[in-house]
Amino acid sequence: MTGEHSSKQYDQELDGIRSKVLLMGGMVESHFEEALNCFRVGDAEKADRVMAEDHAVNQLEVSLDDACSHLIVRRQPAANDLRTVMATIKVITDLERIGDEATKIARTSKSLHARGMTGFHHYDMVRRIADATSTLLHDALDAFARLDGKQALQLIAADELVDLEFRSILRNLITFMMEDPRTISSALDTLWVAKAIERIGDHAKNIAEYVIYVVEGKDIRHSKPTAQEHREG
Amino acid sequence: MPNPKASTGAPRVKTLEIAGLNFFYGKAQSLKNVSLDIHEKQVTAFIGPSGCGKSTLLRTLNRMYDLYPGQRAEGSIVYRGRNILEPGVDVNMLRAKIGMVFQKPTPFPMSIYDNIAFGVRLYENLSKGEMDERVEWALKKAALWEEAKDKLAKSGLSLSGGQQQRLCIARGMAVKPDVLLLDEPTSALDPISTAKIEELISELKQDYTITIVTHNMQQAARCSDYTAYMYLGELVEFGETDQLFMNPARRETQDYITGRFG
Repeated sequence: MTGEHSSKQYDQELDGIRSKVLLMGGMVESHFEEALNCFRVGDAEKADRVMAEDHAVNQLEVSLDDACSHLIVRRQPAANDLRTVMATIKVITDLERIGDEATKIARTSKSLHARGMTGFHHYDMVRRIADATSTLLHDALDAFARLDGKQALQLIAADELVDLEFRSILRNLITFMMEDPRTISSALDTLWVAKAIERIGDHAKNIAEYVIYVVEGKDIRHSKPTAQEHREG
Repeated sequence: MPNPKASTGAPRVKTLEIAGLNFFYGKAQSLKNVSLDIHEKQVTAFIGPSGCGKSTLLRTLNRMYDLYPGQRAEGSIVYRGRNILEPGVDVNMLRAKIGMVFQKPTPFPMSIYDNIAFGVRLYENLSKGEMDERVEWALKKAALWEEAKDKLAKSGLSLSGGQQQRLCIARGMAVKPDVLLLDEPTSALDPISTAKIEELISELKQDYTITIVTHNMQQAARCSDYTAYMYLGELVEFGETDQLFMNPARRETQDYITGRFG
């Protein structure tokens, strides 16, 4: 953020929106971590809590959308302020979806453990993608908080690794299912979890792209060559 | 500060080419090495805080400053292949081709009809029928005909503020200029009259080159194709309006348009 506005009230409104986005980011990040933990150890109580708390994330999305509309109508933001508001509206959509994916992981974990179907080192299967995505999400939120365009660029490359890892998990699970059909049920659950994690990686990448939009005014979505140029530059 | 040139996409016809323009009120310099091009049939807005030189720049474009002793301009403003700052330029003819509308509506204390005919009579010798046509044409161009056609003989001062301003625009149009200079044309008007003038600007740019000075940044964003941001007599940034308001190249511009100024 550059210097202060002549209107202090305007600064306060923008700061208020920003803090709420960071709060929402912190919430979905911890829900994701807890959901992964549930998947690992099968803590049903924790899984219930993640599912219940998603409501608060949804409420934040609604209230932030509202705050952004109000800011637009009252302040007619321009330049970096406008880009911040536009990016915020998009970031909160991604955060809300991350919350949904975390809920999915929690729900699947609860069911998988309840059925006692946690064979073939199910957690080891997703450990790498989970670690990479946790870091990716954390760094994306960090880049948003600090408006760090350079860090955001690196994250876009990191998401490609997450996607690769997902494909490798898929191949592994197919092998398990072919070798022993009794694993199909738990393998599918593990696959849903891996897919949810992979989607969270995509949402984190989106957030990184919005950070670049805010900082540099460039919209690099759906333009791989540009992202490539950025990395080389 | 450097003097940036606009990074405009397709080449456009330049109506006015301003280069190395300096302006002095006596000893005080109020424009410093300003260079930019005004493109044909486009709207160019000058924005900036009070005293930045935007109105001065507008006033140099038809040598309005000539009316005041001690004011002088250096550099060049090329219009139709000629530097209009040179001595020997027919200033009256220049002002007919580059017309001006001021901040406060300035109708002459005469009938609506004569307000428009007055300027035309200075340059052209029209028959009564031709003059009637010209008055109607100008009033239609300025979107005032419907409101004024039944009271052409009434005083121009009997109109509302917004109508008076449109009358002044009609008066400027009547002499068939190339360029219309608008110096804060809506700052004394209510929102509805402002909207009508803005609508008029977008109509007029089909046929005319328009340059507008405004304190209202949203107005510049709404109406103009190009925007020049000026500060302390210098041109800080000049470029396509969308670009300048979404992602200005310079920090100073960004601070001004987002309200972080001063």
